[in-house]
Amino acid sequence: MISRDYDDVPGTYVLDSRSYRKGYHLNMFCMSLNKAECREEFARDEMAYLQKFPMTDEQRQAVLDRDYIRLLQLGANVYYTFKIVSHDRQPPQVMYGKMSSPPMSFEEFQEMMINGGRPIDGNRSKKESGNG
Amino acid sequence: MARLVAGMGTSHVPGVGAAMDNGKTDEPYWSELFSGFAPLRAWHAENVPDVTIIVFNDHATSMALNHYSTFMMGVAESFQPADEGWGPRKVPVVQGHPELAWHLVESLILDEFDMAVTADFDVDHGLTVPMSIAYDQPDAWPTRVIPLCVNVIQHPQPTALRCYKLGQAIRRAIDSFPEDITVGIWGTGGLSHQLGGERAGVVNPDFDRMFLDNLVRDPMANTRLTHTDFIREAGSEGIEMIMWNVMRGALDEKVREVYRLYHIPVSATAYGAIILEND
Repeated sequence: MISRDYDDVPGTYVLDSRSYRKGYHLNMFCMSLNKAECREEFARDEMAYLQKFPMTDEQRQAVLDRDYIRLLQLGANVYYTFKIVSHDRQPPQVMYGKMSSPPMSFEEFQEMMINGGRPIDGNRSKKESGNG
Repeated sequence: MARLVAGMGTSHVPGVGAAMDNGKTDEPYWSELFSGFAPLRAWHAENVPDVTIIVFNDHATSMALNHYSTFMMGVAESFQPADEGWGPRKVPVVQGHPELAWHLVESLILDEFDMAVTADFDVDHGLTVPMSIAYDQPDAWPTRVIPLCVNVIQHPQPTALRCYKLGQAIRRAIDSFPEDITVGIWGTGGLSHQLGGERAGVVNPDFDRMFLDNLVRDPMANTRLTHTDFIREAGSEGIEMIMWNVMRGALDEKVREVYRLYHIPVSATAYGAIILEND
């Protein structure tokens, strides 16, 4: 698989041709939640609705679990997973906190942002953050 | 002849629209930001152009993986606020300006910028939140709008330089429009922010300040930033800042900074706004 220079940026998922293909149906499921009638159908029986999309079982399970970081690893993009957290009537900070490493509650994520956000220093590259 | 009067850059965080729509702007979390909007709104109240070109991006609302364009011009008579997953915002319908929009399309394509065209496009927070920031909550928007939608989500996005050159071509098109109207241009999105991944919440005030300073004094410096510069330094969603280059490219080489606002946090972002007039 072709590597990209941004692969070195830690904790970052770029929607490129690799994730496009892996996450296509997962993202299109998320996109469907823009429609009120789809949101209602999903709310009635989440698994039955997910079966209508040719996703992998792992992707379906990650949606049911609201495992947002797993969804990104399986090809989802955050603007698409936004539709799920909105469907749940939760503020997006709930999702951002769950994706963070280590995971944070809504309050903890909000507090981090009020205190100036996650610092860029130490987070520019995998080498710099010690995850390389 | 049409005349380009000014440019604005502003973030388009959906939370700003939600705070207004739900009457929360006096809450401590929001009050400082909205105090900062007051001088910006005062300037806009005195400087309403006939038409505003709003450079924005769609967020998996009217475009998705199955069908997207790098640059797309909205030529419809009007554009409805979109349902992005929680019902459409209760803001006025956006009135278009098909005559200038078509002039831009024709002029840009002959100028080597091959625009996609849409006459059927609901506009999401990327466009309506900047309108709310500029004009608050009127019964009807005071300016007509030409939406210019840029792909900033699916890699590869257009380069920072391409966006600047598009702005220059837009300026040539405005200058050749025979009608005697005033035009504004807004670049939206940014500033530094990352919404997805373990690094969510990263912001970079030094990078943002450099970008804003460059807009005023050395706009070409912002055209040399690569996609990976933005992703690494300004967060994966910070790449929206390339849309500010379209705005800047349309203005004169020398500009006057009228107002600047910078505030952390707005949701998971560094909020920034700048108003620039031709000097």
